[in-house]
Amino acid sequence: MHDLTLTQLSAEIAAKRASSVEVVTHFIKRINALNRKYNAYITVDEERSLAQARAADARIAAGAAAPLTGVPIAHKDIFCARGWRTTCGSKMLADFVAPYDAHVIERFNAAGAVIVGKTNMDEFAMGSSSETSHFGPVRNPWNLETVPGGSSGGSAAAVAARLAPAATGTDTGGSIRQPAALAGVSGIKPTYGVVSRYGMIAFASSLDQGGAFARTAEDLALLMNAMAGFDARDSTSLEREPEEYARELGRPLAGLRVGLPAEFFAEGVAPDVARAVEGAVAKFKAMGCEPIEVHLPNMALSVPVYYVLAPAEASSNLARYDGVRYGYRAGGYNDLIDMYKKTRAEGFGAEVKRRILIGTYVLSHGYYDAYYIQAQKVRRLIARDFRDAFTKCDVIMGPTSPTTAFRLGEKAGDPVQMYLSDIFTIAVNLAGLPGMSIPCGFDAKGLPVGLQIIGNYFSEAQMLNVAHHYQQATDWHTRAPSGIDL
Amino acid sequence: MMKWETVIGLEVHAQLNTRSKIFSGASTAFGAAPNTQACAVDIALPGVLPVLNREAVAKAIRFGLAIVGRINRRSIFARKNYFYPDLPKGYQISQYEMPIVQGGTIGIFVDGKEKTIRLTRAHLEEDAGKSLHEDFRGMSGIDLNRAGTPLLEIVSEPDMRSAAEAVAYAKALHALVRWIDICDGNMQEGSFRCDANVSVRPAGSDRLGTRCEIKNLNSFRFLERAIEYEAKRQIVVLEEGGTIVQETRLYDSDKDETRSMRTKEEAHDYRYFPDPDLLPLVVNPDMLERIRSEMPELPEQKRNRYLGYGLTANEADGLTQSREMAEFYEGLVQALGGGYKLAASWLLGEFTAALNRAGIDVSESPVGSERAAGLLRRVADNTISRRSAGEVFDAMWNGKMEADAIIENRGLKQISDSGELERICDEIIGANPKQVADYRAGKEKAFNSLVGQVMKATRGKANPQQVNEILRRRLAQ
Repeated sequence: MHDLTLTQLSAEIAAKRASSVEVVTHFIKRINALNRKYNAYITVDEERSLAQARAADARIAAGAAAPLTGVPIAHKDIFCARGWRTTCGSKMLADFVAPYDAHVIERFNAAGAVIVGKTNMDEFAMGSSSETSHFGPVRNPWNLETVPGGSSGGSAAAVAARLAPAATGTDTGGSIRQPAALAGVSGIKPTYGVVSRYGMIAFASSLDQGGAFARTAEDLALLMNAMAGFDARDSTSLEREPEEYARELGRPLAGLRVGLPAEFFAEGVAPDVARAVEGAVAKFKAMGCEPIEVHLPNMALSVPVYYVLAPAEASSNLARYDGVRYGYRAGGYNDLIDMYKKTRAEGFGAEVKRRILIGTYVLSHGYYDAYYIQAQKVRRLIARDFRDAFTKCDVIMGPTSPTTAFRLGEKAGDPVQMYLSDIFTIAVNLAGLPGMSIPCGFDAKGLPVGLQIIGNYFSEAQMLNVAHHYQQATDWHTRAPSGIDL
Repeated sequence: MMKWETVIGLEVHAQLNTRSKIFSGASTAFGAAPNTQACAVDIALPGVLPVLNREAVAKAIRFGLAIVGRINRRSIFARKNYFYPDLPKGYQISQYEMPIVQGGTIGIFVDGKEKTIRLTRAHLEEDAGKSLHEDFRGMSGIDLNRAGTPLLEIVSEPDMRSAAEAVAYAKALHALVRWIDICDGNMQEGSFRCDANVSVRPAGSDRLGTRCEIKNLNSFRFLERAIEYEAKRQIVVLEEGGTIVQETRLYDSDKDETRSMRTKEEAHDYRYFPDPDLLPLVVNPDMLERIRSEMPELPEQKRNRYLGYGLTANEADGLTQSREMAEFYEGLVQALGGGYKLAASWLLGEFTAALNRAGIDVSESPVGSERAAGLLRRVADNTISRRSAGEVFDAMWNGKMEADAIIENRGLKQISDSGELERICDEIIGANPKQVADYRAGKEKAFNSLVGQVMKATRGKANPQQVNEILRRRLAQ
């Protein structure tokens, strides 16, 4: 049952060949048995999940089922879900039970989907390895000594290990695409503003975007249909006509212009990764696509720009965790300032503190113009590079990550090396564009390689079709890591 | 001895009277139990986001139109970052570099002279909650009901030169925000709060001295006292050879003094940056035109119109101190079909005195403009004397009866039957030979005594003008 894709599972449930309760019970059994190995989930609440499953079965019996009714979905522990502990991977919120639903959760609930658990992540989504979680590191199902990427590593690992057919994630600088690549699953980050940020715990507001993981592009289209949509409670949510994200699946790709930025194929990319990505490009060429060389001259600046802007916003977004109203509060303080200091010193981990410090610094009087304003200017240049590139091509392709999964602890002591693992994904967030990662092969060690597909604004349906064609012609996405059986 | 000049600029926080908060749907009503009007957004739960209240924007625009300022087509909300327990997000959302309103002026009158005060800007921001330091056995309580209440911060240029001018400006501003219905002006509840920037300089100098900002001025009297104290303090420091340190000072009304809160060195670095959760605020021309079309006639325009009715400048000023008074006046003259002078003098006289005695506003008057017109109509047509009108008004104020019924009940109708009046006048003349002789000898006082006696004999119901006329005619015979 866990080998079925979301689409297949959904069809099974709709056809009443399996009840939601059976399916959910199956996945929870797997989680209970295997999670200690992967640490993909922070919270599982069988009773809550089964209550939703029973409601879904009743809805199906009443003939009122929607496409996702009854299917289990794992949610990154950054999404507030009423009654669920929502930790954001932090000690600061280790006991925080959300009193309300995020827009994304509301949408899945409305569709009748079942929350199967809350997945592990880098603390406050700050990281590229899912090692900074207060709840311990997530293990990559393909090799338990390696990381699954981050920050949505728990969601990626859960889908890879068949502990959920699909999962939500968020992507601020690559936090969906990079773990999708490292864990060998499919992931999509929509255009900024397509998925509401309401109830999604903020890291860097101008970059954060909700998205999803599944095993196929077809599944991702189903998830997008549920997640996307205008929400008046998020002022950056875009008011657009609802879309059917599966509408282009199967449309021929002949004549599609595939932009290949020279900067994506330069040195620094592991040879096995380069080989797999080039193989994928060849496949597209064979399907009638036209490769076109494009340039993103300011790409190299995306990492420094990101590490000014994202920490700046984060330093302010995380100021609310002060021990006053909810969340962790240190004991043994002498006065207000002491309470703040101890609470934040004890409640946040090292990476979060590092970014708060960087962000506070770049916003300080006398440094603001040199860092924040300058970074905003370069951000506009990066967006302009993409705009220029998309006058010549329809989609852009390249590696999602310069390497496959790295060893646990390998980069934990070297933040700059860690930050560079997002070198190919960050620019997409800075420009607000949609992006995907899909499996396109393996390295010599048997670790998955991800192909990044970047589309123009609002071209998710087209991107999904591009990925779908590739998945019709290849079987990388169907491979499962070993050791996932009970 | 050197002469000093005081230079004052004011920053006023006017709480906008919207139903809901500036970035959330929670109610702004004052006085609810602590933390009952603070929703998820107000208490800054993880994941919540601000959504701008369009009504607060409309009110800020009303203000900009009233002071003839520039309404910026595009303005930006920034985050002002600092930690405080009553600031749930750890930052305040406020317009910083790009406010919604820039420029504009307010006219004031001090000692009969008109002066124009220039405004720098007016910007939208959210209020913080309240820290309560009593009643918690050594701990502090936090009430977040006020958190997120919309404020318009109105900043003036340093154009005022005395505490009196500052108070006149604050009062004019206070009247204006109430007039255009953007703020209830309740200073006790903190709906209208003033901070004063005060500096002194040698008279004739065109350089500004170092200023101190005085906070916590929640009445016009405190504003005046604080500025006077602060200017004197600065002059003493300078005359003793010292220098003024730029700082924030708190006014202590119990001790009637200002004292240092924090110096510039201790000032926070607020790390302002544009709030990424809010898009730039764009005011489109349609919205601007709609709001312009909804603007009430402003005090200045009304004042000029009233002068055209033949009112004195004092009367026109008096009637335009509040929109309620002006509307009462206009309702009254409309019901009377004229009577501009009578209505003005009665409103600013007897009516205002009654309001003051009761300690209430025009809007709370038990006698509305329709009922008041019933009374003044009888004064205008000489049915009752102005003196009897006072008695009738008292009865109307304390009861539900209309003027005519009270006049009838109490028999207050003036005796305008001239035969009857002539008979009474003759009686009085006959009974007071001494006064008659004195009058005829040129003593005008004696005449007044005779008038008084006629009025007494008629229990005030005689028309004084008619009595005058009859007496003079009889005495001339």
